[in-house]
Amino acid sequence: MNPFRLTLLLVFLFSISNLTGQALADELVVYSARNEHLIKPLFDAYTHETGIKITYITDKEGPLLQRLKSEGRNTRADLLITVDAGNLWHAANEGVLQKIESPQLAANIPANLRDPDNRWFGLSLRARTLVYSTERVKPEQLSSYAALGEPKWRGRLLLRTSKKVYNQSLVAMLIAEYGEAQTEQIITTWVDNLAAPPFASDTKLMQAILAGQGDVGIVNTYYFGRLLKENPDLKLALYWPNQDSTGVHVNISGAGVTKYAKNPRGAVKFLEWLSSEKAQNLFADANMEYPVNPGVEAHAYVKSWGSFKASEMNLARAGELQSDAIKLMDRAGYR
Amino acid sequence: MFSFSLDRTAASLRGCRRFLLHPSGWQHLTLAVALLVLAPLTVLLLSWTEPAWGIWQHLRETLLSQLLINTFILVVGVTTGTLLLGVSLAWLTGACEFPGRTHFSWLLLLPLAMPTYVLAFVFLGLFDYSGPIQIPLRAWFGRDLWIPDIRSASGVVLVMSLALYPYVYLLTRNAFSTQGKRALEAAQSLGCSPTAGFFRVVLPMARPWIAGGATLVLMEALADFGAVSIFNFDTFTTAIYKAWFGFFSLAAAGQLSTLLVSMVFLLIVLEQKLRKRMRFSQSRVTAQAERIILNSAKKWLATSYCSGVLLIAFFLPALQLLRWSLKVFDLEFDNRYGMLLGRSLSLGLTAALFITVVATLLAYAGRRHPDRLTLSLIRISTLGYALPGTVLAVGIFMPLAALDNFLIDFARENFNFALPQLMQGTIIIMLLAYLIRFMAAGYKSIDSAMHRVTSNIDEASRLMGLRGLKLLVKVHLPMLRGGIFTALTLVFVDVMKEMPITLMTRPFGWDTLAVKIYELTSEGEWERAALPALTLLLCGLLPIVLLMRGTEGK
Repeated sequence: MNPFRLTLLLVFLFSISNLTGQALADELVVYSARNEHLIKPLFDAYTHETGIKITYITDKEGPLLQRLKSEGRNTRADLLITVDAGNLWHAANEGVLQKIESPQLAANIPANLRDPDNRWFGLSLRARTLVYSTERVKPEQLSSYAALGEPKWRGRLLLRTSKKVYNQSLVAMLIAEYGEAQTEQIITTWVDNLAAPPFASDTKLMQAILAGQGDVGIVNTYYFGRLLKENPDLKLALYWPNQDSTGVHVNISGAGVTKYAKNPRGAVKFLEWLSSEKAQNLFADANMEYPVNPGVEAHAYVKSWGSFKASEMNLARAGELQSDAIKLMDRAGYR
Repeated sequence: MFSFSLDRTAASLRGCRRFLLHPSGWQHLTLAVALLVLAPLTVLLLSWTEPAWGIWQHLRETLLSQLLINTFILVVGVTTGTLLLGVSLAWLTGACEFPGRTHFSWLLLLPLAMPTYVLAFVFLGLFDYSGPIQIPLRAWFGRDLWIPDIRSASGVVLVMSLALYPYVYLLTRNAFSTQGKRALEAAQSLGCSPTAGFFRVVLPMARPWIAGGATLVLMEALADFGAVSIFNFDTFTTAIYKAWFGFFSLAAAGQLSTLLVSMVFLLIVLEQKLRKRMRFSQSRVTAQAERIILNSAKKWLATSYCSGVLLIAFFLPALQLLRWSLKVFDLEFDNRYGMLLGRSLSLGLTAALFITVVATLLAYAGRRHPDRLTLSLIRISTLGYALPGTVLAVGIFMPLAALDNFLIDFARENFNFALPQLMQGTIIIMLLAYLIRFMAAGYKSIDSAMHRVTSNIDEASRLMGLRGLKLLVKVHLPMLRGGIFTALTLVFVDVMKEMPITLMTRPFGWDTLAVKIYELTSEGEWERAALPALTLLLCGLLPIVLLMRGTEGK
């Protein structure tokens, strides 16, 4: 056989050997931008408890959303799980999620952590807060996000890139709080205070503080938790800003039922289970986050970082103001 | 040597007319492949139906000039860097003799298996302010010691040059090793020193290979998002992703991407125009040129240069990956690794075979029908390499989903039959998507090798009754051996490293090593990602070793 035909035959055989099976009746299909190792334990637990099989595919938010839009009413997905309120808001805005009436979800999840129109629901909470060097900074010197622009932090502030959605949401919330002009001024002073160009990750930022490149920064709580777990003598601590005013900026990972779900009732049931007491710890603890359900305690390790007053602004605002926030950061020269 | 053909334009026009009136099977094939690649490009072009002027204006007012400057620095820097490294190393191992040459010859290919984003991360980890090099340096020499910042334009250029030089090296080495000694002897008899002979004869004769490698590098650098985002170095791709993920405007991202593709297309056309009138075939297959024996000081210089590159581009990062892997092994390793490995390997292998076959057929089609239309179609077929991966993935996915929707709706309305999604999530679609993405890697390797086959051989074979596929298989294929192995290796390694298309077109639950790396790195778990990255690296070494057997052992 000549090499071309042989190859084509091999390609063909390999291809058909992998044709996928199609959905079963009570199966749930999930599109997830939350990482596999954080959600799979929950899927396994749910399957173990109810016998319902969960099929899933992971990808970034952008492609998953486009996938849902392109597939339209023929999509197999019942549920979209993703990270960051801005992304959830946008998915709802694009019309790929449906409204859900569920008293149980309403009871389990505080109103500011879900869509006012009930198209998406927060499932775990993370705070984006200040981190400082315990060697060079006293906590009394810190107060609010805005105060990081004060001249005393010149050459001492470290930030992660403005391209990360967590910072976009944070600035969106600042806009909601202070208005655009004042926020732009705050961001400009931040940029003036930078000790180094913005970092690509929160972890790198904290390592730079440890090495003495800067003294204070803004990070998500679980990144701090991870670093602390590796090194319990970490010379870093978290600070909860805006305690006298609006509270710490929080964000969520969450989910919504797709508009063309084949198994919408099953999807709602699963969401309700995820917000329930027994699943909340499994969901949040996997990534050192806080449960959204006020009746559920955070993991003892997470609680050891201290308690704080969280912002109560509805997270939908973060989505609405996201592109304003990006434009503002671009104008202020925050890369 | 160079020969000039007359009336090529007229011949080309005649060829175009023949294509339109009576296309041959070969031309049908080029048309089919080009159409395949055009599908996602059309999706991107359609984005212009709703121009996102607001975002364009914002970019123009704030970032665009800096982005263009950065992109220019990146592309020029990385192309120059890979050319310097790739050609010099290929020359040393291909034409000179020095201690360790036979080993360096294949060892220098190893960085090919190292994904750019992995190298970028490891380098940042090692050489950044908070890394294990700078901290002790400051401890010894004081805090005010000036150390160049790795998170800078030169840092990115360095890392990407180290990661991408094997493309140039691999192709150029092929050129040098198939170049007989006759040309160099002729040059020397005309009074050229070996060095002058190198620059005036050997290098120009290797031009299609060098240009092929440089084009691949240029496309990679333009499309790269992983490495530049790790360095937070904003390029044109950054704007594309910002438009999409930040402003949620896929339209604006598509529009920006079309600009990128047009730029690459122009560059390819320009480069081919510049060498259009040149011929690169050997007048006669001659013995391998005798190696230039380097004398005492030079030979050790050559050895240390090769070892230095190898150490920095491969062994140092590999060691770091190993260190991290051992640290996270208990946490990260589970029984799924066998499956991930199996899928990465089988996918890479199948795609490599498939793409190499199509690339060979295309290269032959271009040889048989060198008219403008056929050649343009072939050029279009290679454009997928220059697009940012995620953008291309969506461009591929959208027409597929539309086709699926059409089929499902058609079946439901006409036959009341619930058809499943046929296109999405099948391996055949993954392979076609990889073809769109990696055609350039296969084609450039084989097309340059085909330049060495004189047209006399074709004529002689035809006189003996060998035509078409038979001619290709019986006569060309054995002569293209080096090029084919190169294509197989490049595509295999590229497919295994690829993320966005794999993420978007894979069947449910069908993960590979690259998917695993994505999962871990997207939430910043870089150290855990070292284990799949190291596994990927080891897989990538396999074909490289085979490649060496394949090309050296003839």
